[in-house]
Amino acid sequence: MTPRLILSPQLFDITINRLCHQLIEVHDDFSESVIIGLQPRGVFLARRIQKTLEKILNKNGIPCGELDVTFYRDDFRRKDLVPNRTHIDFVIENKNVILVDDVLFTGRTIRAGLDAMQAFGRPKDVELVVLIDRRFSRNLPIQAKYIGRTVDTIASEKVKVEWKEAGGEDHVWLITQE
Amino acid sequence: MNKRLSVKHLLGIKQLTAEDIDLILTTADQFKEVLNRTIKKVPSLRDITIANLFFENSTRTRVSFELAERRLSADIVNFSASSSSVKKGETLIDTVNNILAMKVDMVVMRHPNPGACVFLSRHVDSKIINAGDGAHEHPTQALLDAYSIRERLGSVKGKRVAIIGDILHSRVALSNIYCLQKLGAEVMVCGPQTLVPRYIGSLGVKVEYNLRKALEWCEVANMLRIQLERQDIRYFPSLREYTMQYGVNKQMLDSLGREITIMHPGPINRGVEITSDVADSDQAIILGQVENGVAVRMAVLYLLAGRTDE
Repeated sequence: MTPRLILSPQLFDITINRLCHQLIEVHDDFSESVIIGLQPRGVFLARRIQKTLEKILNKNGIPCGELDVTFYRDDFRRKDLVPNRTHIDFVIENKNVILVDDVLFTGRTIRAGLDAMQAFGRPKDVELVVLIDRRFSRNLPIQAKYIGRTVDTIASEKVKVEWKEAGGEDHVWLITQE
Repeated sequence: MNKRLSVKHLLGIKQLTAEDIDLILTTADQFKEVLNRTIKKVPSLRDITIANLFFENSTRTRVSFELAERRLSADIVNFSASSSSVKKGETLIDTVNNILAMKVDMVVMRHPNPGACVFLSRHVDSKIINAGDGAHEHPTQALLDAYSIRERLGSVKGKRVAIIGDILHSRVALSNIYCLQKLGAEVMVCGPQTLVPRYIGSLGVKVEYNLRKALEWCEVANMLRIQLERQDIRYFPSLREYTMQYGVNKQMLDSLGREITIMHPGPINRGVEITSDVADSDQAIILGQVENGVAVRMAVLYLLAGRTDE
Protein backbone atom coordinates (compact mmCIF):
# COMPACT_ATOMS: atom_id res chain seq x y z
CA MET A 1 0.00 0.00 0.00
CA THR A 2 1.16 3.55 -0.57
CA PRO A 3 2.11 5.47 2.57
CA ARG A 4 -0.50 7.88 3.90
CA LEU A 5 0.63 11.39 4.83
CA ILE A 6 -0.39 12.31 8.38
CA LEU A 7 1.48 15.61 8.71
CA SER A 8 2.65 17.78 5.82
CA PRO A 9 5.58 20.17 6.35
CA GLN A 10 3.13 23.02 6.95
CA LEU A 11 1.03 21.14 9.52
CA PHE A 12 4.21 19.84 11.10
CA ASP A 13 5.26 23.40 11.83
CA ILE A 14 1.84 24.44 13.13
CA THR A 15 1.74 21.41 15.42
CA ILE A 16 5.12 22.17 16.97
CA ASN A 17 4.06 25.78 17.46
CA ARG A 18 0.91 24.67 19.21
CA LEU A 19 2.83 22.29 21.48
CA CYS A 20 5.12 25.17 22.45
CA HIS A 21 2.22 27.43 23.35
CA GLN A 22 0.70 24.68 25.46
CA LEU A 23 4.03 24.29 27.24
CA ILE A 24 4.24 28.02 27.94
CA GLU A 25 0.80 27.93 29.60
CA VAL A 26 2.19 25.53 32.19
CA HIS A 27 5.87 26.43 32.41
CA ASP A 28 5.69 30.21 32.22
CA ASP A 29 9.23 31.50 31.54
CA PHE A 30 10.95 28.09 31.85
CA SER A 31 13.19 29.25 34.69
CA GLU A 32 12.40 26.06 36.61
CA SER A 33 11.99 23.77 33.60
CA VAL A 34 14.33 21.72 31.42
CA ILE A 35 13.80 19.84 28.17
CA ILE A 36 15.20 16.35 27.60
CA GLY A 37 14.93 14.66 24.21
CA LEU A 38 15.15 10.89 23.95
CA GLN A 39 17.73 9.53 21.53
CA PRO A 40 17.74 9.18 18.64
CA ARG A 41 14.74 10.98 17.15
CA GLY A 42 13.19 12.64 20.17
CA VAL A 43 16.23 14.89 20.14
CA PHE A 44 15.12 16.47 16.83
CA LEU A 45 11.76 17.39 18.34
CA ALA A 46 13.34 18.60 21.58
CA ARG A 47 15.74 20.93 19.73
CA ARG A 48 12.90 22.20 17.56
CA ILE A 49 10.76 22.91 20.62
CA GLN A 50 13.69 24.64 22.33
CA LYS A 51 14.27 26.91 19.34
CA THR A 52 10.59 27.73 18.91
CA LEU A 53 10.16 28.49 22.61
CA GLU A 54 13.21 30.76 22.61
CA LYS A 55 11.75 32.63 19.64
CA ILE A 56 8.29 33.03 21.19
CA LEU A 57 9.60 33.98 24.64
CA ASN A 58 12.42 36.04 23.19
CA LYS A 59 14.99 34.55 25.54
CA ASN A 60 18.00 32.29 25.24
CA GLY A 61 19.34 29.44 27.26
CA ILE A 62 16.38 27.16 27.88
CA PRO A 63 18.22 23.98 28.93
CA CYS A 64 17.85 21.13 26.46
CA GLY A 65 19.63 17.78 26.80
CA GLU A 66 19.90 14.44 25.05
CA LEU A 67 19.21 11.21 26.88
CA ASP A 68 20.01 7.76 25.53
CA VAL A 69 18.00 4.95 27.10
CA THR A 70 19.74 1.97 25.48
CA PHE A 71 21.32 0.68 28.71
CA TYR A 72 17.94 0.72 30.45
CA ARG A 73 15.86 -1.04 27.81
CA ASP A 74 14.02 -4.27 28.58
CA ASP A 75 14.73 -5.87 25.19
CA PHE A 76 18.48 -6.30 25.74
CA ARG A 77 19.58 -9.55 24.05
CA ARG A 78 16.35 -9.67 22.04
CA LYS A 79 17.66 -7.05 19.64
CA ASP A 80 21.12 -5.70 18.82
CA LEU A 81 21.13 -2.40 20.65
CA VAL A 82 23.76 0.22 19.95
CA PRO A 83 23.87 3.22 22.27
CA ASN A 84 23.75 6.87 21.24
CA ARG A 85 25.18 9.94 22.92
CA THR A 86 23.84 11.20 26.23
CA HIS A 87 24.48 14.85 26.95
CA ILE A 88 22.86 16.59 29.90
CA ASP A 89 24.96 19.53 31.08
CA PHE A 90 22.48 20.95 33.59
CA VAL A 91 21.00 19.91 36.91
CA ILE A 92 17.60 18.23 36.88
CA GLU A 93 17.29 17.99 40.66
CA ASN A 94 14.04 19.73 41.68
CA LYS A 95 13.31 20.89 38.14
CA ASN A 96 10.25 20.34 35.99
CA VAL A 97 11.45 17.95 33.33
CA ILE A 98 9.80 17.92 29.93
CA LEU A 99 10.58 14.57 28.34
CA VAL A 100 10.33 14.61 24.53
CA ASP A 101 10.00 11.78 22.02
CA ASP A 102 8.75 11.62 18.44
CA VAL A 103 6.36 8.66 18.58
CA LEU A 104 4.65 7.13 21.62
CA PHE A 105 3.89 3.48 20.83
CA THR A 106 4.24 0.72 23.45
CA GLY A 107 5.55 3.07 26.15
CA ARG A 108 8.63 0.94 26.76
CA THR A 109 11.11 3.59 25.63
CA ILE A 110 9.54 6.12 27.99
CA ARG A 111 9.71 3.62 30.84
CA ALA A 112 13.43 3.19 30.14
CA GLY A 113 13.79 6.97 29.88
CA LEU A 114 12.28 7.49 33.32
CA ASP A 115 14.78 5.00 34.75
CA ALA A 116 17.72 6.52 32.90
CA MET A 117 16.84 9.98 34.18
CA GLN A 118 17.24 8.84 37.78
CA ALA A 119 21.00 8.71 37.32
CA PHE A 120 20.98 12.50 36.94
CA GLY A 121 18.91 13.42 39.97
CA ARG A 122 15.38 13.63 41.35
CA PRO A 123 13.19 15.94 39.30
CA LYS A 124 10.25 17.75 40.88
CA ASP A 125 7.90 16.82 38.10
CA VAL A 126 8.09 14.97 34.77
CA GLU A 127 5.85 15.54 31.77
CA LEU A 128 5.83 13.87 28.39
CA VAL A 129 5.56 15.54 24.97
CA VAL A 130 5.16 13.47 21.80
CA LEU A 131 4.60 14.43 18.19
CA ILE A 132 2.56 11.31 17.41
CA ASP A 133 0.57 9.22 19.88
CA ARG A 134 -0.30 5.76 18.58
CA ARG A 135 -3.46 5.19 20.55
CA PHE A 136 -4.54 1.70 21.71
CA SER A 137 -1.08 0.16 21.33
CA ARG A 138 0.35 0.72 24.80
CA ASN A 139 1.98 -2.12 26.77
CA LEU A 140 2.49 0.00 29.89
CA PRO A 141 0.39 2.54 31.79
CA ILE A 142 2.10 5.57 30.25
CA GLN A 143 0.38 8.59 28.63
CA ALA A 144 1.66 11.82 27.16
CA LYS A 145 0.48 15.18 28.48
CA TYR A 146 1.09 17.10 25.24
CA ILE A 147 0.29 15.38 21.96
CA GLY A 148 0.90 16.63 18.44
CA ARG A 149 -1.41 14.24 16.65
CA THR A 150 -3.20 11.10 17.78
CA VAL A 151 -3.41 8.24 15.31
CA ASP A 152 -5.20 4.91 15.50
CA THR A 153 -2.93 2.19 14.23
CA ILE A 154 -2.63 -1.56 14.30
CA ALA A 155 0.61 -3.40 15.04
CA SER A 156 1.44 -4.12 11.40
CA GLU A 157 1.40 -0.41 10.58
CA LYS A 158 4.37 1.83 11.03
CA VAL A 159 4.61 5.53 11.72
CA LYS A 160 7.57 7.17 10.06
CA VAL A 161 8.67 10.66 11.05
CA GLU A 162 11.08 12.45 8.72
CA TRP A 163 13.06 15.49 9.84
CA LYS A 164 14.70 18.34 8.00
CA GLU A 165 17.66 17.84 10.32
CA ALA A 166 18.11 14.28 9.04
CA GLY A 167 18.03 15.43 5.39
CA GLY A 168 14.77 15.81 3.51
CA GLU A 169 11.53 17.46 4.63
CA ASP A 170 9.35 17.43 7.74
CA HIS A 171 6.83 14.66 7.15
CA VAL A 172 4.90 12.07 9.10
CA TRP A 173 3.83 8.98 7.20
CA LEU A 174 1.66 6.02 8.06
CA ILE A 175 3.02 2.93 6.34
CA THR A 176 1.15 -0.35 6.05
CA GLN A 177 3.41 -3.37 5.83
CA GLU A 178 2.17 -6.34 3.86
CA MET B 1 27.51 1.12 10.98
CA ASN B 2 27.60 -2.45 12.22
CA LYS B 3 25.30 -3.19 15.11
CA ARG B 4 26.87 -6.38 16.38
CA LEU B 5 30.26 -7.97 16.78
CA SER B 6 31.28 -10.63 14.28
CA VAL B 7 32.65 -12.81 17.10
CA LYS B 8 31.08 -14.62 20.05
CA HIS B 9 34.17 -14.40 22.23
CA LEU B 10 36.95 -11.88 22.61
CA LEU B 11 39.93 -14.19 22.23
CA GLY B 12 42.30 -11.79 20.53
CA ILE B 13 42.42 -8.74 18.30
CA LYS B 14 43.49 -11.00 15.44
CA GLN B 15 39.94 -12.38 15.14
CA LEU B 16 38.27 -8.94 15.08
CA THR B 17 37.43 -6.88 12.01
CA ALA B 18 38.07 -3.14 11.79
CA GLU B 19 34.27 -2.66 12.07
CA ASP B 20 34.21 -4.66 15.31
CA ILE B 21 36.92 -2.45 16.79
CA ASP B 22 35.06 0.65 15.65
CA LEU B 23 31.85 -0.58 17.25
CA ILE B 24 33.64 -1.27 20.54
CA LEU B 25 35.28 2.17 20.59
CA THR B 26 32.09 4.11 19.80
CA THR B 27 30.17 2.11 22.40
CA ALA B 28 32.94 2.89 24.89
CA ASP B 29 32.31 6.61 24.25
CA GLN B 30 28.84 6.23 25.72
CA PHE B 31 30.12 4.29 28.71
CA LYS B 32 32.71 6.95 29.37
CA GLU B 33 29.83 9.41 29.73
CA VAL B 34 28.09 7.00 32.12
CA LEU B 35 31.25 6.88 34.24
CA ASN B 36 31.16 10.64 34.64
CA ARG B 37 27.64 10.65 36.09
CA THR B 38 26.92 10.83 39.80
CA ILE B 39 25.38 7.37 39.57
CA LYS B 40 27.93 5.43 37.54
CA LYS B 41 25.84 2.35 37.07
CA VAL B 42 23.47 1.02 34.41
CA PRO B 43 21.24 -2.07 34.69
CA SER B 44 22.04 -3.73 31.33
CA LEU B 45 23.72 -6.90 32.62
CA ARG B 46 21.64 -7.37 35.75
CA ASP B 47 20.74 -10.96 34.80
CA ILE B 48 24.26 -12.02 33.92
CA THR B 49 26.86 -13.71 36.10
CA ILE B 50 30.51 -13.37 35.20
CA ALA B 51 33.44 -15.39 36.54
CA ASN B 52 36.85 -13.73 36.66
CA LEU B 53 39.43 -16.46 36.44
CA PHE B 54 42.93 -15.21 37.06
CA PHE B 55 45.55 -17.90 36.77
CA GLU B 56 48.23 -15.22 36.79
CA ASN B 57 48.70 -12.14 38.95
CA SER B 58 47.10 -8.88 37.99
CA THR B 59 46.00 -5.69 39.70
CA ARG B 60 44.95 -3.21 37.06
CA THR B 61 43.23 -5.54 34.62
CA ARG B 62 41.43 -7.39 37.35
CA VAL B 63 40.16 -4.31 39.16
CA SER B 64 39.25 -2.73 35.84
CA PHE B 65 37.22 -5.75 34.72
CA GLU B 66 35.59 -6.03 38.12
CA LEU B 67 34.54 -2.37 38.08
CA ALA B 68 33.28 -2.65 34.52
CA GLU B 69 31.19 -5.67 35.46
CA ARG B 70 29.77 -4.04 38.58
CA ARG B 71 28.93 -0.83 36.74
CA LEU B 72 26.91 -2.91 34.29
CA SER B 73 25.11 -4.51 37.27
CA ALA B 74 26.43 -8.01 36.57
CA ASP B 75 26.92 -10.52 39.38
CA ILE B 76 30.52 -11.61 39.70
CA VAL B 77 32.62 -14.36 41.18
CA ASN B 78 36.35 -14.05 41.52
CA PHE B 79 38.81 -16.83 41.37
CA SER B 80 42.55 -16.85 41.53
CA ALA B 81 44.79 -19.80 40.89
CA SER B 82 46.72 -19.43 44.12
CA SER B 83 43.68 -20.26 46.26
CA SER B 84 42.02 -22.94 44.16
CA SER B 85 41.83 -26.62 43.27
CA VAL B 86 44.16 -26.05 40.33
CA LYS B 87 46.93 -26.82 42.78
CA LYS B 88 45.28 -30.18 43.45
CA GLY B 89 45.67 -31.24 39.83
CA GLU B 90 42.38 -30.30 38.20
CA THR B 91 42.47 -29.61 34.44
CA LEU B 92 41.49 -26.23 33.01
CA ILE B 93 38.35 -27.57 31.28
CA ASP B 94 37.21 -29.27 34.48
CA THR B 95 37.77 -26.14 36.53
CA VAL B 96 35.83 -23.99 34.11
CA ASN B 97 33.02 -26.49 33.59
CA ASN B 98 32.54 -26.77 37.33
CA ILE B 99 32.19 -23.02 37.57
CA LEU B 100 29.80 -22.93 34.61
CA ALA B 101 27.68 -25.67 36.23
CA MET B 102 26.85 -23.04 38.84
CA LYS B 103 25.09 -21.04 36.10
CA VAL B 104 27.78 -18.59 35.10
CA ASP B 105 27.23 -16.87 31.74
CA MET B 106 30.59 -15.37 30.87
CA VAL B 107 34.21 -16.03 31.71
CA VAL B 108 37.00 -13.46 31.86
CA MET B 109 40.28 -15.32 31.97
CA ARG B 110 43.95 -14.56 32.37
CA HIS B 111 46.24 -17.51 31.93
CA PRO B 112 50.03 -17.93 31.62
CA ASN B 113 49.71 -20.22 28.57
CA PRO B 114 49.29 -18.67 25.11
CA GLY B 115 46.08 -19.87 23.46
CA ALA B 116 44.41 -20.96 26.71
CA CYS B 117 41.31 -18.93 25.87
CA VAL B 118 41.06 -20.24 22.31
CA PHE B 119 41.34 -23.78 23.66
CA LEU B 120 38.68 -23.11 26.27
CA SER B 121 36.29 -21.55 23.78
CA ARG B 122 36.31 -24.78 21.78
CA HIS B 123 35.43 -26.96 24.73
CA VAL B 124 33.07 -25.06 26.98
CA ASP B 125 29.71 -23.49 26.34
CA SER B 126 30.18 -19.93 27.52
CA LYS B 127 31.35 -16.56 26.28
CA ILE B 128 35.06 -16.09 26.90
CA ILE B 129 37.00 -12.86 27.22
CA ASN B 130 40.76 -13.02 27.12
CA ALA B 131 42.33 -10.88 29.82
CA GLY B 132 45.85 -11.86 28.73
CA ASP B 133 47.23 -15.24 27.73
CA GLY B 134 50.95 -15.61 28.26
CA ALA B 135 53.02 -13.62 25.77
CA HIS B 136 50.28 -13.97 23.15
CA GLU B 137 47.42 -11.43 23.28
CA HIS B 138 45.86 -8.92 25.66
CA PRO B 139 42.97 -7.64 23.54
CA THR B 140 41.27 -5.26 25.99
CA GLN B 141 44.59 -3.48 26.62
CA ALA B 142 45.04 -2.92 22.89
CA LEU B 143 41.47 -1.63 22.59
CA LEU B 144 41.92 0.84 25.43
CA ASP B 145 45.24 1.95 23.96
CA ALA B 146 43.56 2.59 20.61
CA TYR B 147 40.72 4.38 22.39
CA SER B 148 43.19 6.60 24.25
CA ILE B 149 45.09 7.45 21.05
CA ARG B 150 41.82 8.28 19.32
CA GLU B 151 40.78 10.46 22.25
CA ARG B 152 44.11 12.30 22.36
CA LEU B 153 44.83 12.67 18.64
CA GLY B 154 41.35 12.54 17.11
CA SER B 155 41.86 9.31 15.23
CA VAL B 156 44.16 6.34 14.90
CA LYS B 157 44.25 6.20 11.12
CA GLY B 158 47.54 7.35 9.65
CA LYS B 159 49.19 7.89 13.05
CA ARG B 160 52.73 6.65 13.68
CA VAL B 161 52.99 4.56 16.84
CA ALA B 162 56.21 3.12 18.24
CA ILE B 163 56.10 0.25 20.70
CA ILE B 164 59.28 0.36 22.72
CA GLY B 165 60.85 -2.13 25.10
CA ASP B 166 60.48 -5.85 25.73
CA ILE B 167 58.57 -6.85 22.59
CA LEU B 168 59.49 -10.53 22.88
CA HIS B 169 57.68 -11.20 26.14
CA SER B 170 54.83 -8.77 25.63
CA ARG B 171 51.25 -9.68 24.89
CA VAL B 172 50.44 -5.99 24.80
CA ALA B 173 52.79 -5.52 21.83
CA LEU B 174 51.17 -8.20 19.66
CA SER B 175 47.59 -7.11 20.38
CA ASN B 176 48.55 -3.49 19.81
CA ILE B 177 50.17 -4.28 16.48
CA TYR B 178 47.04 -6.07 15.23
CA CYS B 179 44.68 -3.42 16.57
CA LEU B 180 46.57 -0.35 15.35
CA GLN B 181 47.15 -1.84 11.91
CA LYS B 182 43.46 -2.72 11.53
CA LEU B 183 42.63 0.88 12.33
CA GLY B 184 45.11 2.13 9.74
CA ALA B 185 48.05 3.27 11.87
CA GLU B 186 51.72 2.72 11.10
CA VAL B 187 53.50 0.68 13.73
CA MET B 188 57.17 0.44 14.67
CA VAL B 189 58.72 -1.77 17.29
CA CYS B 190 61.92 -0.75 19.04
CA GLY B 191 64.09 -2.49 21.60
CA PRO B 192 67.35 -4.33 22.06
CA GLN B 193 67.89 -6.91 19.34
CA THR B 194 67.55 -9.72 21.85
CA LEU B 195 64.09 -8.56 22.89
CA VAL B 196 62.66 -8.02 19.41
CA PRO B 197 61.41 -11.27 17.81
CA ARG B 198 63.45 -12.04 14.72
CA TYR B 199 60.64 -12.29 12.15
CA ILE B 200 58.36 -9.61 13.55
CA GLY B 201 58.83 -7.61 10.35
CA SER B 202 56.54 -10.16 8.66
CA LEU B 203 53.63 -8.59 10.53
CA GLY B 204 54.22 -5.44 8.51
CA VAL B 205 55.82 -3.39 11.27
CA LYS B 206 58.98 -1.32 11.04
CA VAL B 207 61.85 -2.47 13.23
CA GLU B 208 64.27 -0.02 14.83
CA TYR B 209 67.00 -0.71 17.35
CA ASN B 210 67.84 2.92 18.04
CA LEU B 211 65.56 4.63 20.55
CA ARG B 212 66.34 8.16 19.39
CA LYS B 213 65.39 7.33 15.81
CA ALA B 214 62.17 5.67 16.93
CA LEU B 215 61.16 8.72 18.96
CA GLU B 216 61.96 11.04 16.06
CA TRP B 217 59.71 8.96 13.81
CA CYS B 218 56.66 8.48 16.00
CA GLU B 219 53.71 10.54 17.24
CA VAL B 220 52.90 8.11 20.03
CA ALA B 221 55.39 6.05 22.02
CA ASN B 222 53.98 3.09 23.91
CA MET B 223 56.58 2.13 26.52
CA LEU B 224 56.65 -1.47 27.71
CA ARG B 225 57.97 -2.85 30.93
CA ILE B 226 60.89 -5.28 31.00
CA GLN B 227 59.20 -8.53 31.99
CA LEU B 228 61.91 -9.98 34.15
CA GLU B 229 59.55 -12.68 35.44
CA ARG B 230 59.24 -14.14 31.94
CA GLN B 231 62.94 -13.99 31.12
CA ASP B 232 64.63 -17.32 31.63
CA ILE B 233 67.99 -16.12 30.35
CA ARG B 234 69.71 -12.76 30.41
CA TYR B 235 68.81 -10.70 27.36
CA PHE B 236 70.92 -7.66 28.27
CA PRO B 237 73.89 -7.11 30.58
CA SER B 238 72.13 -5.09 33.29
CA LEU B 239 69.05 -2.98 33.95
CA ARG B 240 71.31 0.05 34.20
CA GLU B 241 72.64 -0.56 30.73
CA TYR B 242 69.11 -1.11 29.40
CA THR B 243 68.03 2.22 30.87
CA MET B 244 70.97 4.00 29.29
CA GLN B 245 70.07 2.64 25.86
CA TYR B 246 66.28 2.44 25.97
CA GLY B 247 65.08 4.52 28.91
CA VAL B 248 63.12 7.67 27.99
CA ASN B 249 63.76 10.86 29.94
CA LYS B 250 62.38 14.39 29.77
CA GLN B 251 65.51 15.91 28.34
CA MET B 252 65.41 13.53 25.40
CA LEU B 253 61.73 14.26 24.73
CA ASP B 254 62.27 18.02 24.92
CA SER B 255 65.10 17.79 22.39
CA LEU B 256 62.75 16.30 19.77
CA GLY B 257 61.32 19.73 18.99
CA ARG B 258 57.71 18.49 18.96
CA GLU B 259 55.50 16.87 21.55
CA ILE B 260 54.88 13.16 21.28
CA THR B 261 52.36 11.27 23.40
CA ILE B 262 53.71 8.78 25.92
CA MET B 263 51.72 5.69 26.84
CA HIS B 264 52.41 2.82 29.19
CA PRO B 265 50.24 -0.23 29.91
CA GLY B 266 51.58 -0.44 33.48
CA PRO B 267 52.92 -1.41 35.87
CA ILE B 268 55.64 1.22 35.46
CA ASN B 269 59.18 0.62 36.60
CA ARG B 270 60.05 4.22 37.31
CA GLY B 271 63.60 5.03 36.35
CA VAL B 272 63.92 1.99 34.08
CA GLU B 273 61.87 2.40 30.88
CA ILE B 274 60.73 5.94 31.71
CA THR B 275 61.80 8.46 34.31
CA SER B 276 59.36 9.91 36.83
CA ASP B 277 59.28 13.36 35.26
CA VAL B 278 58.14 11.80 31.99
CA ALA B 279 55.56 9.53 33.62
CA ASP B 280 54.06 12.45 35.52
CA SER B 281 54.17 14.97 32.68
CA ASP B 282 51.28 16.22 30.54
CA GLN B 283 52.71 14.32 27.60
CA ALA B 284 51.96 11.02 29.34
CA ILE B 285 48.40 9.72 29.24
CA ILE B 286 49.07 6.74 31.45
CA LEU B 287 46.31 7.41 33.98
CA GLY B 288 43.95 8.34 31.17
CA GLN B 289 44.55 4.88 29.74
CA VAL B 290 43.54 3.32 33.06
CA GLU B 291 40.39 5.45 33.19
CA ASN B 292 39.47 4.50 29.63
CA GLY B 293 40.09 0.84 30.44
CA VAL B 294 36.87 0.60 32.45
CA ALA B 295 34.76 2.18 29.69
CA VAL B 296 36.31 -0.02 26.99
CA ARG B 297 35.79 -3.19 29.05
CA MET B 298 32.20 -2.19 29.72
CA ALA B 299 31.71 -1.87 25.96
CA VAL B 300 33.22 -5.31 25.32
CA LEU B 301 31.11 -6.98 28.02
CA TYR B 302 27.98 -5.16 26.91
CA LEU B 303 28.40 -6.03 23.23
CA LEU B 304 29.25 -9.69 23.87
CA ALA B 305 26.52 -10.22 26.46
CA GLY B 306 23.95 -8.42 24.32
CA ARG B 307 24.75 -10.29 21.17
CA THR B 308 21.59 -11.98 19.92
CA ASP B 309 22.71 -15.50 19.14
CA GLU B 310 21.22 -17.18 16.15
